[in-house]
Amino acid sequence: MGITSILFWILSSIALFSALMVITSKNPMYSVIWLIIVFFAISGHYILLNAQFLAVVNIIVYAGAIMVLFLYVLMLMDLKKESEPQKHRWIKLAGAVAGGSLLLVLVAVLRKADLGNSIAETRMGDIGLIENLGKILFNEYVVPFEISSILFLSAMVGAVVIGKKE
Amino acid sequence: MPINYYIFLSLALFCIGIVGVLTRRNAIIVFMCIELMLNAVNLLLVAFSKMNHFQNAAVNASAGSDGQIFVFFIMVVAAAEVSVGLAIIVMMYRNIHSVDINFLNRLKH
Repeated sequence: MGITSILFWILSSIALFSALMVITSKNPMYSVIWLIIVFFAISGHYILLNAQFLAVVNIIVYAGAIMVLFLYVLMLMDLKKESEPQKHRWIKLAGAVAGGSLLLVLVAVLRKADLGNSIAETRMGDIGLIENLGKILFNEYVVPFEISSILFLSAMVGAVVIGKKE
Repeated sequence: MPINYYIFLSLALFCIGIVGVLTRRNAIIVFMCIELMLNAVNLLLVAFSKMNHFQNAAVNASAGSDGQIFVFFIMVVAAAEVSVGLAIIVMMYRNIHSVDINFLNRLKH
C-alpha cells in the first residue's frame, strides 16, 4: 500500500466523517465548521489528483468566501432563542431510509459495471496546472467565461435588491 | 487509484447530502447540504477528467482538461447561487422570524 492510497483513505474518511457530522450537529455553527473541513478534505483530493488550480480555487471560493457568507448569515440571525424544532421522528427515519436506499441501489448497479481497469492518475499529469487550464479557458471557453461575469453581476444586483429593506 | 473508489466516495457524499436535505428543517443547513452535493459531483468530475487524461494522453495532450474547466464553472455558478439564496433566506427570516422550512407551505393551501 503506497503513500497515495494511504492519503486517499485518510482524506476519504475525514470527508465522510465530517459530512456525517454536518447533518447530525444540533448547532448550525458547528455544521458550518464541519462543512469547511469537508471542503479542505476535498481540496486534498484535488491535490492528490494533481489538479492544483482547482484545489486552490476550492479553498479560496468555498472555504474562504461561501462559508464565511454562511457564517455571517448565521451570526446575523439569532437562532439560539428558539432552538430548531425537531422534525417528526418518522419523517427523519423516512428521509434516512430514502437516502440510504438510493445509495444502496447506485452502489449495487455500479459494482457490476464494467469499468475495465480505468485508473484516475494521481500525482502526475499536468492538465490541472494553471498554465494549461488558463490557456484552454481563454481560448476555447472565453465566451462562457465572459457570460459568467454577467451572471455574477446579475447575482450581485439580485442579492442587493432582495436583501434590501423596502 | 482505480476510478471505482472515487465513484463510491462521491456517491456516499452525495447521498449524505440528500439525507441532510430530507431530514433537516433549518433552511441554512438544507442549503449547506446542497453545497455538499455540488462538491461531491465536482470531485467525481475531476476524477473522470484525470481518467480521461490517463487513457487519451497519447492522442491529445490536453485530454481531460474540459472536465476541470467545467468544475471551475460549477464553482462560479455555485457562488452566484449562494449569494442569491442567502439573500432569500435573510428575507424569509425578516418576514417570519424563523428559518424553519415547514413554515413555507403557503403554496399548499
